[in-house]
Amino acid sequence: MTAAAAPAASPATTGEQPGVRLARSRRNAELSLLLLALVIVAAYGATVEATVLGTVTPDFWVPTAVLAGVFLALHVVIRFLAPFADPALLPAVALLNGIGVGFLRRLDLARAAPADRETLAIFAGNGGRQFAWTLASVVLAAGLLALMRDHRSISRYAYTLGLAGIVLVMIPAVLPAKYSEIYGAKLWIRVGGFSIQPGEFAKLALLVFFAYYLVRKREVLSLASHRFLGIDFPRGRDLGPVLAVWVLSVLVLVFEKDLGTSLLYFGMFVVTLYIATERVSWLLIGLILFFGGAYLAYVLGDVVGGPFANFHLRAQIWLDPFADPYQDGYQLVQGLLALGSGGLFGAGPGGGEPLEIPEVQNDFIFAGIGEEIGLFGLSALLVIYLLIVERGLRAALAVRDSFGKLLAGGLAFTLGLQVFVIVGGISKLIPLTGQTTPFLSAGGSSLMANWLLIAVLLRVSDAARRPVTSGGGPAARAGGGPPEQLHGAPTEVIRP
Amino acid sequence: MPELVITVARFGFLILLWIFVFTVVGVIRRDLFAGARSGRLVAAPRAVGASTGQPQAKPAKVKRGRAAHQLVVTAGQLAGTRITLGEAQITIGRAEDSTLVITDDYASARHARLVPRDGQWFVEDLGSTNGTYLDRAKVTGPTPVPLGVPIRIGRTSLELRP
Repeated sequence: MTAAAAPAASPATTGEQPGVRLARSRRNAELSLLLLALVIVAAYGATVEATVLGTVTPDFWVPTAVLAGVFLALHVVIRFLAPFADPALLPAVALLNGIGVGFLRRLDLARAAPADRETLAIFAGNGGRQFAWTLASVVLAAGLLALMRDHRSISRYAYTLGLAGIVLVMIPAVLPAKYSEIYGAKLWIRVGGFSIQPGEFAKLALLVFFAYYLVRKREVLSLASHRFLGIDFPRGRDLGPVLAVWVLSVLVLVFEKDLGTSLLYFGMFVVTLYIATERVSWLLIGLILFFGGAYLAYVLGDVVGGPFANFHLRAQIWLDPFADPYQDGYQLVQGLLALGSGGLFGAGPGGGEPLEIPEVQNDFIFAGIGEEIGLFGLSALLVIYLLIVERGLRAALAVRDSFGKLLAGGLAFTLGLQVFVIVGGISKLIPLTGQTTPFLSAGGSSLMANWLLIAVLLRVSDAARRPVTSGGGPAARAGGGPPEQLHGAPTEVIRP
Repeated sequence: MPELVITVARFGFLILLWIFVFTVVGVIRRDLFAGARSGRLVAAPRAVGASTGQPQAKPAKVKRGRAAHQLVVTAGQLAGTRITLGEAQITIGRAEDSTLVITDDYASARHARLVPRDGQWFVEDLGSTNGTYLDRAKVTGPTPVPLGVPIRIGRTSLELRP
């Protein structure tokens, strides 16, 4: 398979000299990867139609062509606005998004009456809505790239964004359940037929704030400490912000009844803290606090009930989904059965029975897809997620300013954690919680927020890979950073 | 649609997915291994390599093997960091605009600098609070730095390497 991959990769890798590789923008590599991704999306659509309809309709290529137009437009925007951005990010995300749209259309096909299937409009149903959301998200991502020409400029709005993030998190908690609750989790703002998940956007806003705050505080957090059991622990008073975020995430757990989001916020903060200080003790403290909090909530749910009852129930389902397979455990059991019947290679795109799983278009899309592409295909999707995260962390390592490092590292980790939380939930590794699968699940908020996240990563990776053109270094050129250097040497800001 | 075609499409799709994965890995392959080989802090080598592209060619006239080509941090928070030496001086301190920014409690904002003169590097203290030491001796004026002798600044140690 590597041999087959080599020709496609060669246009990007030939003719490079070690010395000048950094000056290469690698946009052509991105273009060829993107075209390959689109071919895969088209192949997926065709296979689905062949399986479900028994024939490939003459306009099976239309959805892919629309997506191709959108993604290629973004590619052109990147060419102009972030010419040195990472070449792997856009194609990988485009592939996931394309397969998500394709799977949602496949669900629409399965839902339609057999007679109507061949004439089912392409832009109808969930799949059609996801098309519109993809279009809007990509436009937003391009807009963010255009507005934010230097990632450090958003640090100016850090406190505003932090406040906005907290407000966004709190809105669903204080809204009456009628407007915010879907399947027991209060995560939405529902107006009319529309539902927005503000937490998805809060994630981004909070991360900008965390990154900014920690850049300011990293010295005191990493230097002042006392040693215990061979690990440097921070002083008591420096624990304040961590405890505050912990309280916030526990409140989310209690009032919004959502373990996933709570885990996401807390994990995000602890990892940014770890990146900022390089202290393993923060990870330990974070894990202990989180598991302690979750266990406490579980016990309280048993004893007190009330706001903790939902979490207790979910933990019960997780411990033994087959205890009540037709009621409480139904969704998880159906998901596990789907993954099991998919086996190693799956039933083929269009060959499974995804509609047996409740909410297969949202939380359980990974189980639905898994039934059809099997472990072999699912692991490919997971590796693609892994590559996206890796590119994000790579950008974080390579970018020269601390804020950019924390921002990109935190964003990449958050994306990875979200995939872990939902895939772990579906596969019964951790208690199931209603997270969306980034780029795959139906839902505009999630798709938009994650595309914005990718736009920020593209921006940071552009800054990281951009060659140093003058002695002033990127910091001096971009402005806002350290003052013009006093000496002739190029500035090397090297910090852990 | 015949069964055979669907089977081919099924497995073809899976293979395509993995081809995509390997192609992406192919594109980013260089990045993946570049960091592992050099073992430097990732922020440093690229910019240094890019900016010292020509200077590195020039000092080749100087006797090879004897001249210092790298500054390595051997102890302290930045241990393992390498800076490729060019012809420009290296400033060391906590100030953001230093060539080597060290986060060390005992370092001053502008602590010391390394200056090349005729292929030999000199260390010079810039009036730091806690002083700069070459091995055990306190640096008072510009002092030549032999290869492999530690320069101590606070908890950080630096060495010149060929």
